[in-house]
Amino acid sequence: MLSRVAERMYWAGRYIERAENTARLVRVHGNMLLDLPARAGRTWEQLLTIFANEDEFARRYERADESAVVDFFIADAANQASVLSSLALLRENIRTTRDIVPTEGWESANELYLYARRELPRAGSERTRHRTLSEVITACQQVTGLLAGTMSHGPGYQFLRLGRNLERADMTTRVLDVPAASLLNLPDEVAPYRYTLWMNVLKSLSAYQMYCQYVRRRIVGEDVIDFLLLDPRFPRSFRHCLGEIASSLESLPRHEEALAESAALLAELEDADGANLDAAGLHECLDRLQRQLGGLHRRISDTWFLPVDQQ
Amino acid sequence: MPPRLTRYDPRAFHDELVTGDGVPRPGTERLIDLLNTLTPAALSERQAAADRAIAEMGITFTVYSEGRNIDRAWPFDIVPRVIPASEWARIDEGLRQRLTALNLFIDDLYNEQNVVRDGVFPAEVLGTSRNYLPECAGVSPRFGVWAHICGSDLVRDGDGTVYVLEDNLRVPSGVSYMLENRSVTKRVFPDLFEDQTILPVDDYPSELFDLLTAIAPTDEREPEVVVLTPGIYNSAYFEHSYLAQRMGAELVEGGDLVVGDDDCVYMRTIEGLTRVHSIYRRIDDTFLDPQVFRPDSMLGVPGLMRAWRKGNVALANAPGSGVADDKMVYTYVPDLIRYYLDQDPIIPNVPTWRCAERDQRGHVLANLAELVVKPANESGGYGMLIGPRASRAELARFRELIQADPRNYIAQPTLALSTTPTVCGETLAPRHVDLRPFILQSDRLAVTAGGLTRVALVEGSLVVNSSQGGGSKDTWVVEDRD
Repeated sequence: MLSRVAERMYWAGRYIERAENTARLVRVHGNMLLDLPARAGRTWEQLLTIFANEDEFARRYERADESAVVDFFIADAANQASVLSSLALLRENIRTTRDIVPTEGWESANELYLYARRELPRAGSERTRHRTLSEVITACQQVTGLLAGTMSHGPGYQFLRLGRNLERADMTTRVLDVPAASLLNLPDEVAPYRYTLWMNVLKSLSAYQMYCQYVRRRIVGEDVIDFLLLDPRFPRSFRHCLGEIASSLESLPRHEEALAESAALLAELEDADGANLDAAGLHECLDRLQRQLGGLHRRISDTWFLPVDQQ
Repeated sequence: MPPRLTRYDPRAFHDELVTGDGVPRPGTERLIDLLNTLTPAALSERQAAADRAIAEMGITFTVYSEGRNIDRAWPFDIVPRVIPASEWARIDEGLRQRLTALNLFIDDLYNEQNVVRDGVFPAEVLGTSRNYLPECAGVSPRFGVWAHICGSDLVRDGDGTVYVLEDNLRVPSGVSYMLENRSVTKRVFPDLFEDQTILPVDDYPSELFDLLTAIAPTDEREPEVVVLTPGIYNSAYFEHSYLAQRMGAELVEGGDLVVGDDDCVYMRTIEGLTRVHSIYRRIDDTFLDPQVFRPDSMLGVPGLMRAWRKGNVALANAPGSGVADDKMVYTYVPDLIRYYLDQDPIIPNVPTWRCAERDQRGHVLANLAELVVKPANESGGYGMLIGPRASRAELARFRELIQADPRNYIAQPTLALSTTPTVCGETLAPRHVDLRPFILQSDRLAVTAGGLTRVALVEGSLVVNSSQGGGSKDTWVVEDRD
């Protein structure tokens, strides 16, 4: 398999995951705001913190109100991280690997993008937004499932899977990072809503139902952190993503260094014991995990992708 | 409601589907019956369904606009163009004859040059050819074939004669649209495919793959075949990836390939370097190898010409094939067929005046307003003068251009290009068409059944190029009924 194609498959995997995650996050965040009284101190601005793109937002929008933040995250083509941009990049990466992606995969990615381009800019109101974002999430999962079911699980597919799981692991640390900053030291007047807030963290990662099935206790912060970082079975937990990454790496040629790096990351995770950390410690731990994920990405890139001067 | 095509009037033009009074030509009866029964709304609904299918299937071409690349849906008209199989058999034979002669000619030019010595092809025309590449002299590609893939443009004039308008021997494009047009048309008119025999076109990718395997300089059973594209911003990128996918070949860009110290070509894969034997290249000659041609080329592969000259890799088409793609050379093709094959040309050339020759130039300059003038080395319909449509200023400008560089111009009568009924809103109107069949040559020849019919969608326009407002149609070669 060509290095260039491997790279595009990897990014296709990342972008489809990013589009789905971002859409879900916006949808869940909106729902949560409906549930909470104003004094709970939750705002649309907090979404900007998760993605660490407050600066970019401030350059182009005056106020971080609902319509601006939602537009920025779902329909703003100038925001590289918006749902629409992710889907455009997904389509571009699949368009340029059409020679190896099953035709139905390309057609559904193309349709998804055409739908998003038409509907997302009109999805400002609460009601249409919920419906449109749900459509996008479903269609993303459809593309993912279609590729899983029609593409040979050779190197091309493994790069797609690598991209998906790296992106997923990254998103899990980001979603956890916000409560790390605020939820663990809640002021008293918000304390009654603690449960709702942690439930929201779980829902952002589609983890609520599985958490209930496997943890079987009333939702508390420590358990949520533990579940999202260390649960071996939940597909969006950090540990599970690492397992998927390792299994993809093992099937690729010349994988020794990258595999060693992912093993080091797993060791780091197990040492961390996130659930027993205070807010500052958790933030630091998540930061370390994110940096190491970045390192793993660079290792993958150095091992298999085209050198920059050949692109 | 009266049958639609009784009111359809191609006027003085030869129409491909009906005679002047709305009577179906042989082979079109079923199609015309169906078109006559469709209500105006049903007709435009079928066109809309086809447009939707094209958007969903992502059949696109890329255009540059305001510094950005835009992927545009491929403009397609649902009414096919029909050719009876008996007529096609003769065209097919004529195309084989033509490419065979052209390849003998190219091989001769880069080796003995007997054609020049025998006075059939003038040395001065060769001397001023921009597409003759001295770097190719002395090379003998496998089977003596240089132009493996040829797209020849055919037109039909008012009296029904089919002419060859030009031969595209460099990197002819359009074949993927021929294939996609067929799959869209099958969705739009499935019933018509059931009750008559329309020759299939979908074996083209396998024919191309066989060709690329046959010319590979190796005895390996599975030589590594790749398609070399200029990249995702090229207007034909869709086609490059389409053909790679259908052949199961890798789609590579210049940066993916490297020539080793052993003068062999390798591609960069996740396993390291892998040997490449056969390259279907879709980039122009002068961009192929920055060490030999344009040093600023970012698209090519340094050392590629060296590897090719040593016979370590096959290139299709071979570099330098474009020498026979020149509109000056075109005027000699009937002579070349007689010279190399001792046969009369089966498909005639459009009568053409060479501005390089004094008396012919005199005729051209005196009749400029009636003629079409073309530069010898442009493609895509650029840089042309259509005399009857030109302003005085344009005529004056071309008069100067021709006098300044007569070798670079040829002139032809303005042909009354044939028409085909084409959907315009809720009605059918005549629009001008041409036809680009594709001919493959390695150790044997293959011709597509029909080809890509291109249509000028603008009323009265003769320009069929997709970059300039043209669209396309499916082409049916229909078996005659006895």
